[in-house]
Amino acid sequence: MPESMISSSRSRKRSGSGIPMLYVLIIGIALLLFVVCDLARYENYTGGWVFFQSGNVLNILNQVSTNAIIAFGMTLAIVITGIDLSVGSVVGLSGVILCTMMIDYGIGLLPSLLVVLALGLGIGLLNGYIIAFFRIPAFVATLASMIIIRGAALLLVNGVPIFNDDPAFLYLGNGILFGFLPMPVAIMILVAIPFVYMTKKTIWGRRVYALGGNEEAATLAGVNVFRVKLMVFGLCSLGAAISGIVHASRLGSGQPIAGEGYELDAITACVIGGTNMNGGYGTIAGTLMGAVLIGLINNGMNLLDISPYWQLILKGCIILVAVIIDCNYSSRRR
Amino acid sequence: MTAPAEKPILEMRGIGKSFPGVKALDNVNFHLFKGEVLALMGENGAGKSTLMKILSGIYTPDAGAIVMDGKEVAFADTNAARDAGIAIIHQELNLCENLSVAANMFLGRESIGGFGYLDDAAAEDKTREILHSLGLDIDPATIMARLSPAQKQMVEIAKAVSQNARIIVMDEPTSSLTSAEEEVLYDLIGKLKSQGVSIIYISHKMQEIFRACNRVTVLRDGQYIGDSKVCDVTEDKLIEMMVGRSFDNIYPPAPGVPADAPVVFEAKDVTADGVVEPSSFTVRRGEILGFAGLVGSGRTELAKVIFGAIPMTGGEMRLDGRALDIHSCRSAIAAGIAFVPEDRKLEGLSLDHSIADNITASNYKRVSSRGIIRKTSVRELVVDGIERLRIKTPGGHTSARSLSGGNQQKVILARWLSRQPKIIILDEPTRGIDVGAKAEIYAIMRQLAADGVAVIMISSDLPEVLGMSDRVAVMRERKLVAILDRSEASQESIMTHAAGGSKSA
Repeated sequence: MPESMISSSRSRKRSGSGIPMLYVLIIGIALLLFVVCDLARYENYTGGWVFFQSGNVLNILNQVSTNAIIAFGMTLAIVITGIDLSVGSVVGLSGVILCTMMIDYGIGLLPSLLVVLALGLGIGLLNGYIIAFFRIPAFVATLASMIIIRGAALLLVNGVPIFNDDPAFLYLGNGILFGFLPMPVAIMILVAIPFVYMTKKTIWGRRVYALGGNEEAATLAGVNVFRVKLMVFGLCSLGAAISGIVHASRLGSGQPIAGEGYELDAITACVIGGTNMNGGYGTIAGTLMGAVLIGLINNGMNLLDISPYWQLILKGCIILVAVIIDCNYSSRRR
Repeated sequence: MTAPAEKPILEMRGIGKSFPGVKALDNVNFHLFKGEVLALMGENGAGKSTLMKILSGIYTPDAGAIVMDGKEVAFADTNAARDAGIAIIHQELNLCENLSVAANMFLGRESIGGFGYLDDAAAEDKTREILHSLGLDIDPATIMARLSPAQKQMVEIAKAVSQNARIIVMDEPTSSLTSAEEEVLYDLIGKLKSQGVSIIYISHKMQEIFRACNRVTVLRDGQYIGDSKVCDVTEDKLIEMMVGRSFDNIYPPAPGVPADAPVVFEAKDVTADGVVEPSSFTVRRGEILGFAGLVGSGRTELAKVIFGAIPMTGGEMRLDGRALDIHSCRSAIAAGIAFVPEDRKLEGLSLDHSIADNITASNYKRVSSRGIIRKTSVRELVVDGIERLRIKTPGGHTSARSLSGGNQQKVILARWLSRQPKIIILDEPTRGIDVGAKAEIYAIMRQLAADGVAVIMISSDLPEVLGMSDRVAVMRERKLVAILDRSEASQESIMTHAAGGSKSA
C-alpha cells in the first residue's frame, strides 16, 4: 500500500506548455466574427475579403511588432514576479538618442545603433541591480526609472522631436524584405528566436522559471539569483531599445514622448498570452499570440468602423475575460 | 540496523552564536555517527534551527569549530556545505512548483551543453534512476505542483541523495504527511541508513523519535543539555530535558461528560457534494470531540462546511436545538461558531499586523461604537486576551510574525474567545508547536470545555486525539465512519476505522 501512495498517477505535463485552449477559443470566435462582418461588407460594397487579404495579415503583424518585441522581455520580467514599467520611456529615449546622434552629431547609423542598444541594455541592468541589490519591488523601481528616463528624453531635445530622413534609418521601420516581409516583422522574428531558445532550451531559461516559482528554493539550489535578475531586466530593456529604434524609424523622427503607455500594452500582451502575474508561468510563444490577438482585434474593429472609444472599452473587456478564463479554467493549476 | 562506527563523522564543538540582544547558542557540543538517525530536540527557540543553519553554511558561528571526518571545516555559504555532503530538507519544502521533478532535482547544477543547452532527457533519465534506487515510483517529467506533499518530500530527499549527501537534516519531515506516508518516509530513512547516510531528525513528535531515531540530543535555551540513546530514555524524561521541569502528563485530566449533558451541536447527514459524504454527529456541552482520520479524509472539509466556508448541499445542523441556516462564514460566526484553521500563517493570522489587530480582527463590533474604533476598548480586549491566554509578548503592538508558533496560536484563540463562541473547531491546534506551549493549549481547551463550550478538535497526532478527546469521531474517504467512546478508543481501533477494515494491518 505505501508504494502506491507515492506513485504519480496523475497526468504528466511538461513545464511551460500550459496552453491554450483559451487562444484557440478566442481567436476562433474573433475570426468567426470577422468572417460574418466581412461577409456583410462583401455584399454591401463588393470590396472583397478585406480581412483575409495576405497584405492585411502582414499588416497586422507589422502593427504588433513593436509591442511584441517589448513584450518578450516583459514576459521574463513577469515570470520572475517582477515587472518593467520603464520600457515605454526607453522606447522614447532610444529614438531621441539615435536621431540626435545621427542628425546633430553626424554619426553613422551603425555606431548610433550600437550605442542605443548598449544604453538600453545598461538601463535594464541598472534597473535589475537596484531591484536585486536594494530588494525593492520592481514595480516601484521601474516606475521611478520610467519617470526619470522620460524626463531625460525630453531634456535631451528640449521636448522637440528630431526629424531624420536618412534612408538606411527609415528602412528599419518601413522597408520591405524579399518583396513581402516588412522589416519590423523580420526584426520581431529575429528577436523572438533567441528568446524562445533561451526560455525553452537553456539552463539560464530554466533558472528564470525556477526563480519565478520559488526564489528561496532557487537560491538554496545555488542559482545566482542576483545575476538572473540583472539579465532579465537587461534583456527587457534591450528589447525596448530595439522596439524604440523601429518605432522611431517608422515615425521618421525621434520623439521624446514616443512609447508612452507601451509598458501597459506589453503587459497586456503577456497577460492575454497566459503569463501569470504571480510569476512562474509564461511563454514567449504565448506572449506573441497575445500581441497578435490584440492586433487582430484592433484591426478587425477598425475594418468594422467601430469607434475608437468603443474599441478601448471592448479591449478592456477582452483582457478581463482572458484573465478570468486563465485564472479559473486553466488546466495547469490547482 | 548498522552499528554506529566509533569515530563520529561530524562534530560541532563549543559552538556559540549571538544575534543583537540574544545569545542563540552558547557552547553547544554536538556529534553524529555514520549511518545513524539522531533526533535533535528542544523547544522552539532552543537553538536547533540556528545550529542547523550554522551546519549548512547560512550562519557563521561566533565561537567553536565544525569537524568533519576529523578535519576542521568552515562553510562560507550553502554551496560549500552542500559540496561537503550536507543537505537540509526544510519544513517548508524548497521546490519550484512550476517545474518538473527532474528540473528540480538538478536545479542549480544542470549538465551543461553547448550554448547553455539544457538536456532534459538526460536529467529525466538520471532522476528516474535515483528515484528508482530509493524505491520511489514518481515520473520525473511530472510538474511538481501535481505531486502530493509526501511525494514532494520524497523528491527533496532524493535530491539530497543525488548530491551525494552524507548528512541529511530533516526539519519536521512528517508535518504534512499522513500516517501511511510516514511509514514510507521511515522506510526511506532505513534505506538511507543502510547506505551509510547519517540523518539529523528534528521533530516535536515523541512517537516519531521513538519510531525512527537511534539517539537523541537535547538543546534548551541555546545550551547543550545532553544526549542519550533513544532506547535508554522515556518520553517524560525527554520532556523534562527539553522544558527544564517535569511534566506528569501534558494532557490535563478529563473530568468526563455527564450522560445528561445537553447536546450543543448536532450535525445530521451533513453533505457537501464531492467533498463530504453524509456525516452525522453530536457534541455535548463541555465535551471535546476529537476528529481522527488520514489526511484527505475530509475532516477539514467537514469543519469548513460547518463554518460555512464550503457550501452545504444536504443535511441539517442544529445549535442548542434550533436549526442553523449557515450560508457563509459570517453567519457561522454570528451563530457562535469559531474556527481555528490548520494553517495559521496562511488562513488564520495576518503576520505583518500587530497582535492587537489580529485579536480584534473579527471583533470590530465589540471595540467600536457607531463605526468608530475605540482605542480604550481595543486595549482592554487585547490586554485581557494576552493575560488570559498567557501570550508571551512585550505588548499588543508587536507583530504576529515575531511570535513563536504556540503564541501565534494563542493569538488566534484570543480572537475567537473574545466572541464567546458556543462551539469552537480547532484544526490541528498544536502542529509545529513545542511541548511547553502544547501543554498550555491543551489546558486552554480543557478550560473552554469546562466553561461549557463544545470543542471539536481535528488532529492527525493520535496520542493527542487519545489524550484530549472525550469521544473520537473517525473519518474515512470523506465520510464519518465511526464515533468511539474514550474507553474504546485506541491507536489500533482508530486506525482500523480510518484505514478501512483491519486488513491493512
